[in-house]
Amino acid sequence: MRYSGFRVIKEALTGHKGWTAAWRDPEPQTHYDIVIIGGGGHGLATAYYLAKKYTKKRIAVLEKGWIGGGNVGRNTTIIRSNYLLNGNEPFYELSLKLWEGLEQDLNYNAMVSQRGILNLFHSDPQRDAFVRRGNAMILNGADAELLSVAQIRDRYPFLDFENARFPIKGGLAQHRGGTVRHDAVAWGYARGADQHGVDIIQNCEVTGFRIENGRCKGVETTRGFIGASKVGCAVAGSSGRLMAKADMRLPIESHVLQAFVSEGLKPIIPGVITFGAGHFYCSQSDKGGLVFGGDLDGYNSYAQRGNLPTVEDVCESGMALIPALGRSRLLRMWGGIMDMSMDGSPIIDRTHIDGLYFNGGWCYGGFKATPASGLVFAHLLATDTPHEVATEFRFDRFRRGYMIDEKGMGAQPNLH
Amino acid sequence: MIINHPLLGPRDAQEFTYLGDASLINRPDWQATDAQDQFYDYLYLRNNPAGLHRELWFHEIGDRSWLVVTRDTVTHEITKVEMASDVAKEPGRNQ
Ligand SMILES: Cc1cc2nc3c(=O)[nH]c(=O)nc-3n(C[C@H](O)[C@H](O)[C@H](O)COP(=O)(O)OP(=O)(O)OC[C@H]3O[C@@H](n4cnc5c(N)ncnc54)[C@H](O)[C@@H]3O)c2cc1C
Repeated sequence: MRYSGFRVIKEALTGHKGWTAAWRDPEPQTHYDIVIIGGGGHGLATAYYLAKKYTKKRIAVLEKGWIGGGNVGRNTTIIRSNYLLNGNEPFYELSLKLWEGLEQDLNYNAMVSQRGILNLFHSDPQRDAFVRRGNAMILNGADAELLSVAQIRDRYPFLDFENARFPIKGGLAQHRGGTVRHDAVAWGYARGADQHGVDIIQNCEVTGFRIENGRCKGVETTRGFIGASKVGCAVAGSSGRLMAKADMRLPIESHVLQAFVSEGLKPIIPGVITFGAGHFYCSQSDKGGLVFGGDLDGYNSYAQRGNLPTVEDVCESGMALIPALGRSRLLRMWGGIMDMSMDGSPIIDRTHIDGLYFNGGWCYGGFKATPASGLVFAHLLATDTPHEVATEFRFDRFRRGYMIDEKGMGAQPNLH
Repeated sequence: MIINHPLLGPRDAQEFTYLGDASLINRPDWQATDAQDQFYDYLYLRNNPAGLHRELWFHEIGDRSWLVVTRDTVTHEITKVEMASDVAKEPGRNQ
């Protein structure tokens, strides 16, 4: 069923009896050509682009819970392509371009809102670094603009410009950045994939791989064995746990990141703002809640909840930037498990086991990557060669010394 | 989280900074013939278990000692705390 304004009016007049389920709920078959593990944004996008662009083969997405229950439904919804390094920036810029056409492509309202993102800086060296980043973005076809304090005051008068320790000296803006309704991304891709014949199988946890003579023949699941010629893993925070079942150790640690939403307020924050002197980012949802977050809790965790010291730290950073925040009340907070890689950048690659492919290491920036990640992982699964914007996201970059370390932190995942 | 320091008693985890898997104590021998492989393994690959995890915490705003904490990564429950120096000496090292 195609969604349209006409359809909404028609259904409104006929008692909303014509709507059908957005995707089927099929029984798993005994064999598929391609099985994707993980019904998050990346797994669903991969299935969608595979079926739409690359192959007519039989494809299934296996999800242990319900689709969208993982990080795709837990993030702070920021999209942007303001990266510095060549290994990353073309990939994220492709992703932003795909976001720009996503809703038309999917025929689904994902509330893509290019309200702009502003990264503030507070010192001269930081300004130099941001100028460099802005130039790198422009060289890669993205947009970037350096804003003066006066320009920022104009748009964001409520920031603490005269903060004694961290006065605001300017900011780097990407006007095409913004936010997207995260759940709708999972649902839109699921519906699109389903329409192209993909089986989306929920409540189906992968418990092991069947590997014979160095070749993956399929997966053991809570709903029985499912054979597959190719298996793609896209389970984000569960990457370490899942790949251990194929006897793989990954350059990844799992960490918890928390997100926060305030009570609904009248419109105050027009775009996305990030603090340059601490880790804090904030936007306002269309319902009015201030959506914000900060640092990881900092220790390995598979518990989808964090601890109070981080709550305090995030709120303190927020107060240092936007003092008015102190007048609003926190409504909800939650945690998600991040697949923190050793250099802060993702991995999209074949494994040493034939027929087994891996997509992970997204750290806390994988939401914005969803469309491009799906597209390039589909490309890899279909053609066995990396997509041109993902040639550096290889497993062997650590062994060879070609890390894509945006922050220059080294192999210390909780600092990326 | 409260870390029960072997010398100082229960301390708030906020006083500590976190390094990672306790296997980081076992730095490979740089003169070994396969040193390059060993260092790749040591620096970049992790078991990353869901369950009991032995990990290094540094008592940064306390007595500045390194601890090996055994903690469940699913529940955050801490079941054992040792001085990292004791753990390091176990396999017969003198420092
Ligand atoms: C608090 C928070 C804030 C964030 N903010 C941002 C942001 O502002 N911008 C941004 O770009 N990114 C952000 N991120 C990161 C982003 O959400 C993730 O990187 C991205 O969603 C990960 O990809 P995914 O959607 O495929 O993951 P998920 O949605 O987690 O999908 C993985 C799926 O795999 C399933 N699974 C796991 N194990 C198995 C198994 N054995 N068998 C079957 N299925 C399995 C899980 O149930 C899950 O549904 C944030 C994350 C968090 C937690």
